[in-house]
This record gives sequence, structure tokens and C-alpha cells, in this order.
Amino acid sequence: MIHCVLHDPEDSVAVVVIEGVKAGTTLTGLVLDEDRTIMLPCIQDIPIGHKVALKDMAVGDTVVKYGIDIGKVVQPISKRQHAHVHNIKTKRW
Amino acid sequence: MQKTFWGYRRENGRVGVRNHVIILPVDDLSNAAAEAVAHNIKGTMAIPHPYGRLQFGADLDLHFRTLIGTGCNPNVAAVVVIGIEDQWTKKVADGIATTGKPVAGFGIELHGDHDTIMRASKAAREFLQSASEKHRVECELPELWVSTKCGESDTTSGCGANPTVGDAFDKLYASGCTLVFGETTELTGGEQIVAARCRDDKVRADFMRVFDRYQDVINRHKTSDLSDSQPTKGNIAGGLTTIEEKALGNIQKIGKKCVVDGVLDKAEMPTSPGLWFMDSSSAAAEMVTLCAASGFAVHFFPTGQGNVIGNPILPVIKICANPRTVRTMSEHVDVDTSGLLQREITMSEAGDKLLDMMFRTANGRLTAAEALGHREFVLTRLYESA
Repeated sequence: MIHCVLHDPEDSVAVVVIEGVKAGTTLTGLVLDEDRTIMLPCIQDIPIGHKVALKDMAVGDTVVKYGIDIGKVVQPISKRQHAHVHNIKTKRW
Repeated sequence: MQKTFWGYRRENGRVGVRNHVIILPVDDLSNAAAEAVAHNIKGTMAIPHPYGRLQFGADLDLHFRTLIGTGCNPNVAAVVVIGIEDQWTKKVADGIATTGKPVAGFGIELHGDHDTIMRASKAAREFLQSASEKHRVECELPELWVSTKCGESDTTSGCGANPTVGDAFDKLYASGCTLVFGETTELTGGEQIVAARCRDDKVRADFMRVFDRYQDVINRHKTSDLSDSQPTKGNIAGGLTTIEEKALGNIQKIGKKCVVDGVLDKAEMPTSPGLWFMDSSSAAAEMVTLCAASGFAVHFFPTGQGNVIGNPILPVIKICANPRTVRTMSEHVDVDTSGLLQREITMSEAGDKLLDMMFRTANGRLTAAEALGHREFVLTRLYESA
């Protein structure tokens, strides 16, 4: 069972791809660009489609997905936390 | 991959995959008569819309280009045009007539609805019976024009449904098909990736010019978080956080090998095979309507959270990789590629699954949107009426 996927091994977030991921679950993550898996513990419930942080990030840090900048951190994010609109914003508009 | 499909060859050589006889109003005032004709003549289809009065300049040009392009689309066998005034009605009918297909225009003024509906119904009956005798013929794959635009995207779009389209586009491009993508604002954050894929400096300059122009529009009118329009509430519910993240998922649709061969204005027809970028809204029905008006015959529409869009004349094939959406909205999904995210199928197998559905659709299979009666026809406006 794949719980989450990341595009690039350098990505700072992974995407949960199944329903019902609960805190305490050990997630199997698929690295799409390399077709290999990683294991990571999950400390929060995360809905399908939402992101889990793969590293600690401070306010102002750049969030990386697809190996590319997808925005900036606006609230500190701990490794394994839910990463979304409450702690990440666009750098455009 | 198959090399041929069964389509309708039109008078001008273009190939369609549907055989519609449409009743096309020039303006909002003519919707009632158009719908009455379609009600009288079973098997024809009215395409009502809310515009066409007091537009001017580039906005009016786009209105005419979209209506004429819709009538010219090879999925359309024949057209009855109805407008309040003779002159604009004739302009649309004459534009469609350049294809050589049957077309007749009717103005309502000095006749009234009753007489117009009677005269237009007589033409519609003749056109429909004539169209019903057209046969599908075997056509070469490069004669199929394929468009793409995604909607109600979520994070599974970027890692599942959109790269499925990208894999199929890479294969169709290599086969010499004519392809289009667009959604100018939804490339924000990934525009340099698209620019790097442009064929040469001229195409790159054309692309960046339309991209920058649209950014100016956004910046001129923007509100906090763009009033939850980019990303949408649905995008955010599905896990997409920023426009950059949405854009990087969006551009997976152009695959890894296709080259951007040229830039089109809205509803402008491509002049050669290859991958074209059309400057367009990212709103689903607007963009798909423009694709139909540019002459495309089949549309790939990847979705994550479950967009339900269709088009009156362009078959819209839905692709979804979100297992929850596939379960809860199955009647809208033509191609399920959720297996990609469980490593049950490869990206190439997912692309082949979509291409198989493309051939079946081109050969006559109705899409989910067609079966459900989704006929969203939405004209793009550039500015206020006079």
C-alpha cells in the first residue's frame, strides 16, 4: 500500500494518496521520479490529497515540490506535520 | 498504438468524430427561437448563450470568431444560424459557409419568432436528414485534433491524471497530431518551464508576451487570495495550496517530449500539426468552448476533485486518479488511472489506457459528459458592452 507520493527526492513535502491516514501510522512513500519507496511516521491525521512535511521548515523558507519552488512558509512547519494553506502561501499575486 | 479511427470527413477535408446539426443563436435574444427549432426537429441541438448584443472591437471579434469556429468544427455536419438582425446573422452564416458545409441564416426582425421558427425548422429538417446519411470513414490518426484542459484539480491531478495526459500527448505528438493546451494564468509558477519547451525564440517571446499580459490583468484586479479563485475552494479542499503548486501539476499535461510549436489567440485555428498554446481563461467551460471553436475534435479533461463539464459539440473525456473521486463520482469518469498512485500500472500504461478511450470515443462511444447531457457553452468576454 502506497500512502503518499513525492515527485523529486529533494521535495520538502509529500502528497497523501489514500483516505483515512491517521496519526501514528507509518507511511510508505513512493518517490515517483526514482520509482523507490521511503518510510515515514505520521504525527497528524492527513486527508487524501493533502501534504505531509518531510523536513522542519522556518518562516520564509521555500517549499519545494516537483523539485521546484511552490511557495513560502508563513508559519513554522515541523517534520511530519500537515502542510497546507495555514502554513504556506504563494510568492506570486 | 492504432493508426486509424472512424470519423466523418467534411467538405473541407477536416475530420470530425460527431455528426451534429446545430441551431446556433447569434445573440441572447435568439435563444428562444433556436431552442424551439431544436424542439421541433428531433436530433438537432440548440446552443444557447447569454451574449452577442452591443459588443464591439476585439470583444466582438472574439464573439464572431467563437460562433463561426463552433459552426466550422468538423464535429458539426450542418448549421442553422438565428439572430435578431439580418446582418450579423449573415456574417456568422457566411463564416461557417467557407467550410462548404450546409448552413442557413435567419433574422428575426420583420418576421417574429413564429415565422422564423417555421422557416428555420424547414432548413433544420433538411440538414438533419442529409446529415443522417453521412457515414464514418477510416481516417489517419494525424487527422485527429486533440485538446486538453484540466479542472477541479487536486494534488492527485499533478501526480496521476495530468501526467497520464502528458504521456498520451507525447505519443500523439510523435504521430503528427494537432494538439492544444492553454490556461494562461494557471501556468503561474511554471511559466519558465513552458518557455523552455518552446520551439524557438519567436514562439518563446509570443508565449511570454501573452503570459505577462494576463499577469497584468490579475494584478490590476486582484483581491486577497484572488477571492478564493486561484486556487479554488475545491482545489484547496483537495490539498492544493498555492498557484505555483497548481501550475506545476497543470503543465504535466504537456508531457516530457512535446515541443510548443506556436501560440494561438482565443478561438484561433492552428495552421499546422504540433503542440499549440492558446492564450485562454482557466475556467473550464470557457476554455473547452474555445478549443471547440478552434476546431478540436476530442478533448482530454483530467480532474482530481471531480469536475463534471461537457461541451455541446466536443466530446470531453474525463481522466481521474483520485480513488475517492473515482468511487464517489464514477458516472463522470471515463478513464480511471488511480492505479498509478499505487504502482499498479506504469505511466506509459496509463497513457495507453487514455489513448484506447480516445480511439473508442473518436469511433463513436459517448463520453460520460455526453451521456449525462453536459453541454456547457460559455463565451469568453474581454470587456464591458457598449
